[in-house]
Amino acid sequence: MLEDKDRIFTNLYGHHDWRLAGARARGDWDGTSEIIAKGRDWILDEMKKSGLRGRGGAGFPTGLKWSFMPKESDGRPHYLVVNADESEPGTCKDRDILRHDPHTLVEGCLIAGFAMGAHTAFIYVRGEFIRERERLQAAIDQAYDAKLIGKDNTNGWPFDLYVHHGAGAYICGEETALIESLEGKKGQPRLKPPFPANVGVWGCPTTVNNVESIAVAPTILRRGGAWFAGLGRPNNTGTKVFCISGHVNRPCNVEEEMGIPLKELIEKHAGGVRGGWDNLLAIIPGGSSVPLIPKSICDNVLMDFDSLRAVKSGLGTAAVIVMDKSTDVVKAIARLSKFYKHESCGQCTPCREGTGWMWRVMERLVQGKAEKSEIDMLLEVTYQVEGHTICALGDAAAWPIQGLIRHFRPEIERRIDSYKSARAA
Amino acid sequence: MPKLTIDGIEVTVEPGTTVLQACEIAGKEIPRFCYHERLSIAGNCRMCLVEQEKAPKPIASCAMPAADGMVIHTDTPLVQKARKGVMEFLLINHPLDCPICDQGGECDLQDQAMVYGFDRGRFAENKRAVKDKNMGPLVKTIMTRCIHCTRCVRFATEVAGVQEIGALGRGEEMQITTYLEQAVTSELSGNVIDLCPVGALTSKPYAFTARSWELRKTESVDAHDAIGANIRIDARGKEVMRILPRLNEAINEEWLNDRSRFAYDGLKRQRLDMPYLRIDGRLRPVQWSDAFQAIAGRLRGREGKHIAAIAGDMMELESIYALKLLMASLGVTSLDCRQDGAAFDPANRAGYVFNTTIAGIEQADALLLIGTNPRWEGTLVNSRIRKRWTMGGFRAANIGPAVDLTYPVEQLGNDPRLIEAIAAGRHPFAEVLDKAAHPMLILGQGALARPDGAAVQAAAMALAEARNMVREGWNGFNLLHTAASRVGALDLGFVPGEGGRDLNGILDAASRGEIDTVWLLGADEIDMARLGSAFVIYQGSHGDAGAHRADVILPGAAYTEKEGLWVNTEGRVQRGHRAVLPPGDAREDWTILRALSESIGQKLPFDSLQELRGHLVKAHPHLGQMDRIAPAEWRAPATKGALSDAPFELPIKDFYLTNPICRASRTMAECSAVIGQGKHEATGTHG
Repeated sequence: MLEDKDRIFTNLYGHHDWRLAGARARGDWDGTSEIIAKGRDWILDEMKKSGLRGRGGAGFPTGLKWSFMPKESDGRPHYLVVNADESEPGTCKDRDILRHDPHTLVEGCLIAGFAMGAHTAFIYVRGEFIRERERLQAAIDQAYDAKLIGKDNTNGWPFDLYVHHGAGAYICGEETALIESLEGKKGQPRLKPPFPANVGVWGCPTTVNNVESIAVAPTILRRGGAWFAGLGRPNNTGTKVFCISGHVNRPCNVEEEMGIPLKELIEKHAGGVRGGWDNLLAIIPGGSSVPLIPKSICDNVLMDFDSLRAVKSGLGTAAVIVMDKSTDVVKAIARLSKFYKHESCGQCTPCREGTGWMWRVMERLVQGKAEKSEIDMLLEVTYQVEGHTICALGDAAAWPIQGLIRHFRPEIERRIDSYKSARAA
Repeated sequence: MPKLTIDGIEVTVEPGTTVLQACEIAGKEIPRFCYHERLSIAGNCRMCLVEQEKAPKPIASCAMPAADGMVIHTDTPLVQKARKGVMEFLLINHPLDCPICDQGGECDLQDQAMVYGFDRGRFAENKRAVKDKNMGPLVKTIMTRCIHCTRCVRFATEVAGVQEIGALGRGEEMQITTYLEQAVTSELSGNVIDLCPVGALTSKPYAFTARSWELRKTESVDAHDAIGANIRIDARGKEVMRILPRLNEAINEEWLNDRSRFAYDGLKRQRLDMPYLRIDGRLRPVQWSDAFQAIAGRLRGREGKHIAAIAGDMMELESIYALKLLMASLGVTSLDCRQDGAAFDPANRAGYVFNTTIAGIEQADALLLIGTNPRWEGTLVNSRIRKRWTMGGFRAANIGPAVDLTYPVEQLGNDPRLIEAIAAGRHPFAEVLDKAAHPMLILGQGALARPDGAAVQAAAMALAEARNMVREGWNGFNLLHTAASRVGALDLGFVPGEGGRDLNGILDAASRGEIDTVWLLGADEIDMARLGSAFVIYQGSHGDAGAHRADVILPGAAYTEKEGLWVNTEGRVQRGHRAVLPPGDAREDWTILRALSESIGQKLPFDSLQELRGHLVKAHPHLGQMDRIAPAEWRAPATKGALSDAPFELPIKDFYLTNPICRASRTMAECSAVIGQGKHEATGTHG
């Protein structure tokens, strides 16, 4: 279990002052100019050493991502874009960072901006986050007033920070759709290549990072990459904010060490599963996109990228959605299918047509109004969508269904049988 | 240069080539719906997926740049499965109404489904139905068939330059629409029909009239404007069913303007299908021999100075040449082909052609427009300019009425004397032209069809010289004509000869009675009231202004009904072919002139088209070189004169109603009412 001294987000619950004075008292903005003075290469090196993997879901090494930005500008400005379009069902970690610890993010933006040669950063805030945006803006204003950021700040790297408010589309959390939306266009993912590090916002080199990835950077650099790398397991280092929701006694956000056993996470921080661990049916361990895992796997699995991948699921955003035995698991996944059908941008064929098809079949499976052969057909359709689309939304729509069929096929078949026998009677 | 391996074949391609293009170079066909060479890459249909070694997923070949060392497989089980999957998705919500779909037989989806489709569907849910959208009188929509490739959206935005087609909604609710459900205000809108890979956007006038496999396809040349767009005329029996563009990179690429594409229904209406003779004030149908007798009686013994001839806008070289010879045999020197009364030096060829060439526009980096609206006068010249503008590093300015050309144009004013100011370097735009590597100007008929037209031409030529537009390897001086026959007629010298009168001279003399016999060869655009009491012989295809005024009508052939040569505004000679026969007793125009020549005792020296062409090419060798532009030698303008300060007026008032065929077309009338000038003339009580 993570010791208090190793916590990065020490005001995650908003018990303390979120403003600049409070943030400073907790150690934010301490020695920022010294970090910048150590230079870009040192920062990139420490970030790589820390082993931090992107906290937005895909888990790409952050230091490596920063190093993709051109070393020298070719005349085009560089941009940092922070993805605060947190819309993945079950996920609410960035929200608390914006609300209660916004200065970790503001400071992180400055340092990350410096590390990639960006004098400007945009924070793209989810449309529904009204108060969060206000709080973030207030923190930015405080930092400007204290000359921590701005054109001639005391940290020695001219830096402007803008908050952009989205309009509430899930797809705008995809980095290139976010860029399109930021440019004022319809939020539709772009083709890659070219990657944003080469052609991003307004055609300029851009790096898009998750809020949490940026917000942890200052602490990592203050305490050293080795400290962060010492937490968790190899290749899955550091701390992570987990969002535990669903059928637990005390749903919560909690910062924990990577690789904590799932059972321990839930028992220690969320007050355990409603009705006890044995009442557990399944858990979606990383936000709605990843396949669920049944209790038998939950018993022993560790919460990190590689462990969850080994059980054919994923850490995703670390949004743990707990479902106890009262759950209609088919209906739960059908609801997720509806969500993806609703949020598909409609640009490319497999996702546009496939999400609707999958959802409709899922709705019938909920009632059992289907043939058993359609389970395999549905599975085939999910594989027809997966990997064939421009962005990962197609994959995200396919995986929950694959997880369901993998672990709960008997339940689906049971419904089909009972529907048939009810009709026969 | 990237070198990659495609199905075991090594190919080396230019940097910037996509994998799809590389596959084509290797001879591998890649199915596609959204990809189109002339549009930006959308990568959304996912049909072109191929397998790249070491890549975790199949890649969209249309969007992936070819890189050195790539190993691509286009026909593995993985690729087949991916394409079949995409095809199934495209078909689940497609209505499969091919038997009643106009795209049937030339549908990409149909063709690809033969290869990648399943023989039955697995989709047991309800299919999507989408409300049809109003896209105006030309484009019919059946939006349930749409596969969301967004070619039409990209065409409208990128090529046509009108942001009027787009996608509303998202996911499976996404719909292609014109937003406000109105006609697209572009002269190029019909091209979305060709671009649409399915039957979502089809031709409204052509709807349910024919199947593509029933049509006889004739490759020809358009005659509605001076661009000379290459077309394919699709006919069934004696009827032209539709007109489509044909690829010609030098002229129209693969686009066609709406007038050239849709005015064909005018070929079936208001046709002159037998000779007429005015008897007791009324036109009565007569035999050819009677008409010839009447003309012979009028011409025999009449002095040449009392006769004049005017050549119309859509005529081919052969008939103009025949008429010129016939007039010469009668001693007639009052000839003109410039129906708009444009005054310029017809002896200086470099002064009346589009020297830069249409494809050459892509090299220009500064453009001065003078008295022209290229969007209406030469739609595909305008789209070329827009294409050049989208490449960047291009500035355009305009002297003349301000018009929306779909790209930014600096409006300098509408004072002809600005030409002299720029020529003399007294105007800031002179500096722009000086800094440009390839400056050009386009002089329109609006600047020439006025009393000081020759002076305007001379001033513009002087400007071209002063601003370094004319030099070895580059000629930036251009005249944009509006009539298909114009440059050809000028090349043939169908202009006033020794002691002859020009158009205004002819009309003035006719109204005074000094000229008492006028031959109109398809000429309908002149002011007929100024012909006075002259005896008018009208030879042409349509019952338009000329036929109404005529004393004798000789029914001729429209441009789709004759073999003929046309010279476009660049000076490029092109051959048109007969797709259908002229209606009734109408005949190809040169044969009429040949037959008549005999009855007036001035037999023309040819009995076949081949002989006529041989004769013509002997007299004008450059007209024998098909599809080529004979370079015009630059000569300083001959005439100088004072420029007036009268503002320029544009020659075309309504794009959709510029010639007798358009004016007979219901489709064009509807376009005029909905999109064109007619829209503004309608009052509250209309309709």
